[in-house]
Amino acid sequence: MMRYFAPLAIFAVIVVIFAFGLHQAPRKDLVPSPLIGKPAPSFTLPSLADPTQTVSNAALHGHWYLLNVWGTWCISCRLEAPELLAIAHTGVVPVIGLDWKDSRSAAMRYLAQRGNPYQQIAFDPGGLEAIHWGVYGAPETFIVNPQGIIVYKYIGPITPGAWTRDFLPRLQAAQTVSGS
Amino acid sequence: MSRRAPLGALMLTLLALLAAPFAHAIAPTRMPTAALEARYERLIHNFRCMQCQDESLANSPVSLAADMRRQIRQMLLAGDTDQQIRHFFVARYGYFILFKPPFVLKTAWLWLAPGVLLAIGTVSALWVIRRRAALVAGDDEDEFLDDGLTGPRKHP
Repeated sequence: MMRYFAPLAIFAVIVVIFAFGLHQAPRKDLVPSPLIGKPAPSFTLPSLADPTQTVSNAALHGHWYLLNVWGTWCISCRLEAPELLAIAHTGVVPVIGLDWKDSRSAAMRYLAQRGNPYQQIAFDPGGLEAIHWGVYGAPETFIVNPQGIIVYKYIGPITPGAWTRDFLPRLQAAQTVSGS
Repeated sequence: MSRRAPLGALMLTLLALLAAPFAHAIAPTRMPTAALEARYERLIHNFRCMQCQDESLANSPVSLAADMRRQIRQMLLAGDTDQQIRHFFVARYGYFILFKPPFVLKTAWLWLAPGVLLAIGTVSALWVIRRRAALVAGDDEDEFLDDGLTGPRKHP
């Protein structure tokens, strides 16, 4: 009896492993960032809107902020744009833009057409700053706390669901801690 | 015409082969010295393109890979060691960026899994083979009796 049952049992185990692999395993395209829990790379970059000005995240020390990596060439960023505007509208946290490998004129046109959710936008046409942040696609969004530590990284366009599930709890928990 | 075309192609191929060493010498090298060029080539083959994920920086056409190659080039020119360049990328992208991750606690399973699986396979294969061999050697019919298929024995 056992010798008929054993292959079936092994098969059942393999089915469970494969089902887990297909549905539960972390997605291979979402590579966890080693920068979580580490100080955010400090940058001083030209401002997108005004090349004579600079945008520096040192000035944001003491405040929560989101760093959103985007570009006009990035189709997923267009999907994300309405949600970013909604986030900016709530006023929960300032959104800082990192315009990645883009042209200034295209970016300005894009923002004029679709609205600008960003408090400030750093311009990174060469893409070096994105490498410092471990960016490998757009959009990517980082949550940085008042101590300048990267708390979380979200890969892909932020959806309303992701905002309430992945962003708000982290920002609220942190605000009550800093508020007390 | 039809007889000459293959000959012409052959001549062209031979010519191209003869010219190959010169083509390399004529092409502008990206790095000032051969040693730096060799290190550059080795490094870009050992890093993963984070966008395509299964290609190296050397083979990837995406612009992020070009940015990373440029960064490697600049670090090499600035006198960074291979180790420093690896640290730079691992700190930002994690061990995933290395095609050959180091053996540390976090990656131990990756390196040990093939050996462990091979050992499990070998042990179970040996176990099955020994058991079968013992069955034949001992001519032990009990195994076949209780499976309910050896009909005649059930009705003596």
